Amino acid sequence: MTGQRAVIVGASHAGAQLAASLRQEGWTGEVVLVGDESALPYQRPPLSKALLAGKSTLEDLAIRSAAFYAKQEIQLLDATIKSIDRTAGHLVLGNGESLGYDKLALCTGARPRRLLVPGALLGGVYYLRTAKDVELIRGAASPGRRAVIVGGGYVGLETAASLRALGLDVTVLEATGRVLERVTAPEVSAFFERIHRDAGVSIRTNALVEAIAGDTQVREVFLSSGESIPADFVIVGIGVEPNTELASASGLVVDNGIAIDDRARTSDPGIVAAGDCTSRTMASHGRRVRLECVPSAGEQAKVAAATLCGKAKEITALPWFWSDQYDVKLQIAGLNTGYDEVVLSGDPRQDRDFTCFYLRHGVLIAADCVNRPRDFMLTKRLLAQGAPLLGRAELVVPDLTDIRG
Amino acid sequence: MAVVMFVSHDGETHTASLDAGQSLMQVATNNAVPGVDGDCGGEAACGTCHVIVDPQWSERVGLSGPDEEQMLAMNPEREPTSRLSCQMAVCDAWDGLTVRLPEFQM
Repeated sequence: MTGQRAVIVGASHAGAQLAASLRQEGWTGEVVLVGDESALPYQRPPLSKALLAGKSTLEDLAIRSAAFYAKQEIQLLDATIKSIDRTAGHLVLGNGESLGYDKLALCTGARPRRLLVPGALLGGVYYLRTAKDVELIRGAASPGRRAVIVGGGYVGLETAASLRALGLDVTVLEATGRVLERVTAPEVSAFFERIHRDAGVSIRTNALVEAIAGDTQVREVFLSSGESIPADFVIVGIGVEPNTELASASGLVVDNGIAIDDRARTSDPGIVAAGDCTSRTMASHGRRVRLECVPSAGEQAKVAAATLCGKAKEITALPWFWSDQYDVKLQIAGLNTGYDEVVLSGDPRQDRDFTCFYLRHGVLIAADCVNRPRDFMLTKRLLAQGAPLLGRAELVVPDLTDIRG
Repeated sequence: MAVVMFVSHDGETHTASLDAGQSLMQVATNNAVPGVDGDCGGEAACGTCHVIVDPQWSERVGLSGPDEEQMLAMNPEREPTSRLSCQMAVCDAWDGLTVRLPEFQM
């Protein structure tokens, strides 16, 4: 591999990890990490939390220092990619130049889903995915101003908490009957609605946005019920879409994400992919799943690097997630898709710490742990071991420590 | 130059220079020390930056706080001087610090 060049497209979590892992796996050739944001690869989860709340700076969020990339001889290239020529083995950059590769990794990530209603292009309508987005929102977020957040998912709720901390008047509009509808049990949704209402956020469920009105800047948001909500600015957080255009234009298989196998290989075995842009068949689900999650991006990137170095590693790790809102730290282990039963430890109606375990056919598959790091670590460990698979009887014991190991 | 030593489970030592103001997890990842993942970026949310502080140093660097404690409680490799290195802000006085790494970051 000496004298060869590995090119990684996308300089975010997956890309940065892939570059570092290539060196750890013994890649001695060139490594070029291509990104279209000028900053060093940075962590995205804190954008809606610490960065928005002004508790940290973009520099604090760098995944690794500039010195690391220099010492590891990882070249950071600020460029966009127009196309991949797989036959010739090169990329065409935005400026028309070409960049040859011997090995290629796609870490193109995801972009926010756009709100498609009249007025969505007015000034003061923001999305939150990049540091640049946060800079714009911070410019608008002075105390006392009215923010309307479209979407009651994690990004929307974290943003609501951060803006409340900055002293803004915050309304969250959720199109379905409850916040976090896609990802948690009703009990957990009700908990998050409670803590946000206690913090002074107005949460509106079954609230469908019909239009945004204003001259050049947002002035109000119209709902399908006919109501209007005054707004100084709007933040849209209604999910993401994978960036797969580059892959599909070059003929790679895309199926709700760039299709990869357990070794992070795309349909072209010489090209790997990792992160939010990928989909992979999960044995537990029997179908392709696209995860939007940092730990999964890191895991896929490590495996992808090993694959490029000719080593056989497989993606096995269990997905997990976290979210910080006010004094509440939510940690999620596993995927609850297809659950048919929940077991609660603690009372989400009045406590600020509880765990919601998800079972399928009587077996533990995931847990939402609210201010319960111990339950989180235990669940993560039990799920990773694959055994013992716990049912309701074991989970309702008063202290889970009793069933460790 | 102040340095810290990371000793892997199988006894390999990686020496890294201490940059005051960073967390010990950042020192490890910025110096490509294998065996410290730091998946959550320093939020004490994942538990993948577990280190075991040389007992001779534990008084100077301190023991785990309540949040760390909860994260470490279920870890089978946990020892009395276990810490999450993302919660350890390094300073030059830590020159010569030695920490051991567990076999697995969970």
